[in-house]
Amino acid sequence: MSLLEITSIVKKFGGLTALNNVSLHIEEGEIVSLIGPNGAGKTTLFNILTGINEIMHGEIIFEGKAIQNKPPQDIVKLGISRTFQNIRLFQNMRVVENVLIGTHINTEYNFFDALFRTKKHRQQEILKAETAIRLLKAIGLEHRMHDYASDLSYGEQRKVEIARALATGCKLILLDEPAAGMNQQESANLLMFIRELRDNGYTVFLIEHDMNVIMNISDRIYVLDYGVMIAEGKPEEIANNPEVIKAYLGGVIEDAVS
Amino acid sequence: MKNTNQVIDNFFADISNSIRKNRIIFSVALLTVVAFIPALGLPSYILRIGVMIMIYAILALGLNIPTGYTGQVSIGHAGFFSIGAYTSAILVTQAGWSMLPAMVAAAAIAGIFGFLLGLPTLRVSGTYLSICTLGFAEIVRMAVLNWDTLTNGPMGIKNIPYPTVFGVEMTLRNYGAYYMILVMLVMTSVFVHLIINSKIGRAFRSIKEDELASMMMGVFTMKYKILSFVLSAIISGMAGAFYAHFMRYIDPNSFTFDTSILILSIVILGGMGTMRGMFLGAIILVSFPEALRFLEQYRFVFYGLVLVIMMRYRPQGLLGWRSKSPYEFPKGVDPDKIARGFNNSSSQNKMI
Repeated sequence: MSLLEITSIVKKFGGLTALNNVSLHIEEGEIVSLIGPNGAGKTTLFNILTGINEIMHGEIIFEGKAIQNKPPQDIVKLGISRTFQNIRLFQNMRVVENVLIGTHINTEYNFFDALFRTKKHRQQEILKAETAIRLLKAIGLEHRMHDYASDLSYGEQRKVEIARALATGCKLILLDEPAAGMNQQESANLLMFIRELRDNGYTVFLIEHDMNVIMNISDRIYVLDYGVMIAEGKPEEIANNPEVIKAYLGGVIEDAVS
Repeated sequence: MKNTNQVIDNFFADISNSIRKNRIIFSVALLTVVAFIPALGLPSYILRIGVMIMIYAILALGLNIPTGYTGQVSIGHAGFFSIGAYTSAILVTQAGWSMLPAMVAAAAIAGIFGFLLGLPTLRVSGTYLSICTLGFAEIVRMAVLNWDTLTNGPMGIKNIPYPTVFGVEMTLRNYGAYYMILVMLVMTSVFVHLIINSKIGRAFRSIKEDELASMMMGVFTMKYKILSFVLSAIISGMAGAFYAHFMRYIDPNSFTFDTSILILSIVILGGMGTMRGMFLGAIILVSFPEALRFLEQYRFVFYGLVLVIMMRYRPQGLLGWRSKSPYEFPKGVDPDKIARGFNNSSSQNKMI
């Protein structure tokens, strides 16, 4: 059974069909990429997966449970978390607090535990603080944990976003253009980091425009164009797929060539 | 001006850093000083201003929860203040309750209204929410004004008994009122501190920073927004109950739009999302009109001028700097040790 199974989902914004009969599946421990020209519906697909947008038709099965049109918090609880195309960190909170927000959903104490500082509150706070620090160490930002998120560089902020998503205890992590705005060195580091994620048992589903990243890292690639899934396959298959080339570079008129 | 702001911030951040290290000693010292003020034999006029400052500091601490931390600006907190004052006054004068249970009831009923006002936050945000809160305060005022049988309408409620605790009357003359409100202020501060420094407070602040991101990380944003309103209403209702007994007379004009704005001004002037700012803001804005009495009707022009200058040159509030001291982990967590990787479980499994 696949970890995530999307079957013919349809999403319309008014008269615009953003996603038309899109199906895909992701196996556990895979790195799967989603590519496509601007406006193809990639981020919409992520928004549907995380419960921001609702769908009219189709089915999304995660670990055997239907998750379509569920509230975002329920989906996080089940184990899907994400980062954003434009960084959405809590800028005026410390780096470690940002990660602690990720642990919020699994921090199990209530209002009165906090008010009376019960043992449960103490234990949970210690446990989550340790989790957060360990995650920051894993992404190599333990020296910045006391800083405010807005003081970090762009690449560091992207990493903190990933750490925050991991802190939710997710199994599947959705990365929306993680390499956007990174230089060569940073994106090379990112590649290594994403592989490390996979080796640690996470499943990764990412949207990316940087072909260098995509071709190096993906186990499989899906290509979306105008809301339709036009191709699926291994990196080398996608690179040579005429449909994909047409979608990216435009078609070739036969007469003009001859 | 930006540089000046930074210099001020650095200066105060250093001071606050050293205060934070000796927080308990500092609080006890400050509290002792405040507790000895009545012993100076000041005229009761001054003590009365001191009590008003503390009432408004409590109100500001309350409003700070939704507005300063959660980012939901309310300009209708006079409504909760009013509900608390009238509930307690009516229960004591008409139903013959004693003051402490009446105060608890006042806080509870204000809390229920806080929940009701929190509900529209499900649908609206930003300016629209502020307008809702404004409408709420006006509805409360109109209800109080016209519900003659219960509230005595525009005549107000007279001869409300002094605050009494276990049969002892708390008046300005015996300093009881002063110490009672001081105890209430300390309790409120501790309460707010405990809530804000927990996952609840983190959730509040994340909503202010980025509501969508907060939701996507699993925070039930609706629940927390409503909670912030309820907590705030309870605190304001309690302050209202004390106010009614302290002033011994309330009427609908005690709780107008001006009152809401004054509370909000304290929060903004002191520094949204800080507790220290609430105390300073209340001291400045409550004592200002008194200190400037010689200016007669022009004092409100001056008051407006101060706020305008502040918004221009120091929008973050007087005490609204970011703390420079390291993040405080709960006791029992040694961040450096974990970061160095001496914790054995982390070396085997790098992620979590």
